[in-house]
Amino acid sequence: MKTAAQSLLKKVPAKDAKLVMAHMYVAFAALAIGATMGLLQVLERTGSFQLPSWLGYYQVLTVHGVILGLVLTTFFIIGFMFAAQSVTTGGYSNKERTAGWIGFIMMLVGTIAAAIMILLNEATVLYTFYVPLQAHAVFYIGLALVIAGSWFAVWVIVLRHFRFRKENPGVRTPLLSYMATVNSLMWQIATIGVAYSTIVHIIPWSLGLTETVDVLLTRTLFWYFGHPLVYFWLLPAYMMWYAILPKIIGGKIFSDSLARLAFALFLIFSIPVGFHHQLTEPGIDPFWKYLQVVLTMVVVVPSLMTAFTLFATFEQRGRELGAKGLFGWLKKMPWNDARFLAPFVGMLFFIPGGAGGIVNTSHQLNQVVHNTLWVTGHFHLTVATAVMLTFFGITYWLVPSLTGRVLTPVMNRMGILQTILWGTGMLIMSGAMHWQGLLGGPRRSAYSEYAGNADTLAWGPYQIAQAIGGSILFLGMIVMIIIFINLAFFAPKGETEFPVAEDHPNAAPTPAIFENWKLWIGITAALILFAYTIPIIDIIQNAPPGAKGFKLW
Amino acid sequence: MNMHKYEKVWILIGSATLLFFLIVVGVSAFYMGNQPPSCAVTLDPEKVREHQLFKEPGLTEIGDNEYQLTVVASAFDYDVGTDDKVVQIPVGATVHISATTTDVIHGFEIAGTNANMMLEPGYISTYTNTFDKPGTYTLVCNEYCGVGHHLMYATIEVVE
Repeated sequence: MKTAAQSLLKKVPAKDAKLVMAHMYVAFAALAIGATMGLLQVLERTGSFQLPSWLGYYQVLTVHGVILGLVLTTFFIIGFMFAAQSVTTGGYSNKERTAGWIGFIMMLVGTIAAAIMILLNEATVLYTFYVPLQAHAVFYIGLALVIAGSWFAVWVIVLRHFRFRKENPGVRTPLLSYMATVNSLMWQIATIGVAYSTIVHIIPWSLGLTETVDVLLTRTLFWYFGHPLVYFWLLPAYMMWYAILPKIIGGKIFSDSLARLAFALFLIFSIPVGFHHQLTEPGIDPFWKYLQVVLTMVVVVPSLMTAFTLFATFEQRGRELGAKGLFGWLKKMPWNDARFLAPFVGMLFFIPGGAGGIVNTSHQLNQVVHNTLWVTGHFHLTVATAVMLTFFGITYWLVPSLTGRVLTPVMNRMGILQTILWGTGMLIMSGAMHWQGLLGGPRRSAYSEYAGNADTLAWGPYQIAQAIGGSILFLGMIVMIIIFINLAFFAPKGETEFPVAEDHPNAAPTPAIFENWKLWIGITAALILFAYTIPIIDIIQNAPPGAKGFKLW
Repeated sequence: MNMHKYEKVWILIGSATLLFFLIVVGVSAFYMGNQPPSCAVTLDPEKVREHQLFKEPGLTEIGDNEYQLTVVASAFDYDVGTDDKVVQIPVGATVHISATTTDVIHGFEIAGTNANMMLEPGYISTYTNTFDKPGTYTLVCNEYCGVGHHLMYATIEVVE
């Protein structure tokens, strides 16, 4: 198959660029608010700083989780995938773009509705909103709107991919388009669980139409969504690592086939795995827990493939530039280019992040760390560093490319400073969280001396370390916001390309099987049915009387 | 599809290690009985205090250095059967813990031990732990349950 890459535009068409930028404004506003909340949390937890009486710790924590975990990520990812799809397939039709705008407006309205309820202290239920804590119905309706809006977005991406296939028979689809389609389909399949739980169970219950709710069923449906959610965050970072970063360092894609294989495996093994978040729960048979532990661990394989591919890409490029020896290529990397440095540091953080993830999902080891700060430390390595630093690295070229500006050397240096601040702050904060978690320190908790026993008092120094790390991260956020505002409004006018890497000239052709969506979706559906059907029947048949709502804040 | 030789080796070693790891975890779970806590024992969350186990929460000796500890969690308190929220357990004792909640989801974590489980309305969570090291341990709530979440605790004293 020949590649169509040569004939494609390397800039997002102006009308599509507007849609993408709309998502970026929301994403960076969310970053500013969310990271400020994070600073308040780490300061409060030192015990020597008190929040004002009108602002509760758990209210702050709810804002932090919702706005960073759900709003920032979803808006940035959809914006980035919109851009990648547009640039590699040749732009959207008016109809497709309108659908994209409808999705954006739905997500924005939903976000604002949920935010108002959180600010009114009517929804201090954290971003996981576990029942039977009962928030105001408008909060749940807002979240449902965000999900429904995201469906518009992902279907625009999927349908654009299929339109490309139809219009270019016999041509291999662009890699970035393929990857965005995988992530979109995974999102569609995964969000069905949380949407069903919210719309059918939780909203009627919060409106008083039903008296009780099935706690375990709604949790199970949440985690059916909750784990693919983390891959929905990660795969756009992988898009950057596999298919864009090689271009930034002047190299080529290591292997198109392996990249597609990794993404297909992520589609299949991201979803039937939610029980590993529920290992210490009382209502699920241990056999099914173990089965999903095994399915979870399968993603180790595409993760190892990714690690190999990325370092092979770097080494290949380094050798082209004349590097000698085992590690000579390291010297040839563009360390002073923020577009490279930020995602590279993100990758390094993903190594301990992934290893910690294996601990979390281990059938027994989980019990040592479940719901401790170890877990908080874990996802601050994965999503808040590996993924976020990559997203920042994307911002340095994506935003100027969309706004018709350029990244100046000064802003590039700011980007390097940002990477250093973020990496250092997270190393301290996340390190202290992991350690305190191993000592039993619970997550999601305001400052407390508990019974005054020596074991809990020993956590104090770690909380001070977290405050130091968190303060550095806050500075990193300020630097990032300055860069974003500069790139959006003030940077000098000019042309910035959307970097799309090309195949290595010696690359073998990609097998057509990767484009067989019926096969991949079929396997995904079969595995989901296998992993979930019997336990869900069990959960429903064996259910205790339902739970009434409580508002305990 | 072409795969680099080194990549094949890398994936092969990685997958073999993973397989070995999963077998170890599986043998530990199904042959040695190291399963995560609890398995689908239910009760009416509004009638917790009428349930045989939870009429009088606290520590009861049921055998030779073998005890049963029942705990009722509610916002924002652990009822462990004593007014000062201190439970004394002889060192080396095997303790069968049963706990539940009367309202929302709570956590049940004895910091520094493997006793760590979720308490969900309608379910009895159980775990057996042997307290081998003397000392003072704190039972903390590790699942957000409301504004007093960080004020839920009890003390477990493991004494000689």
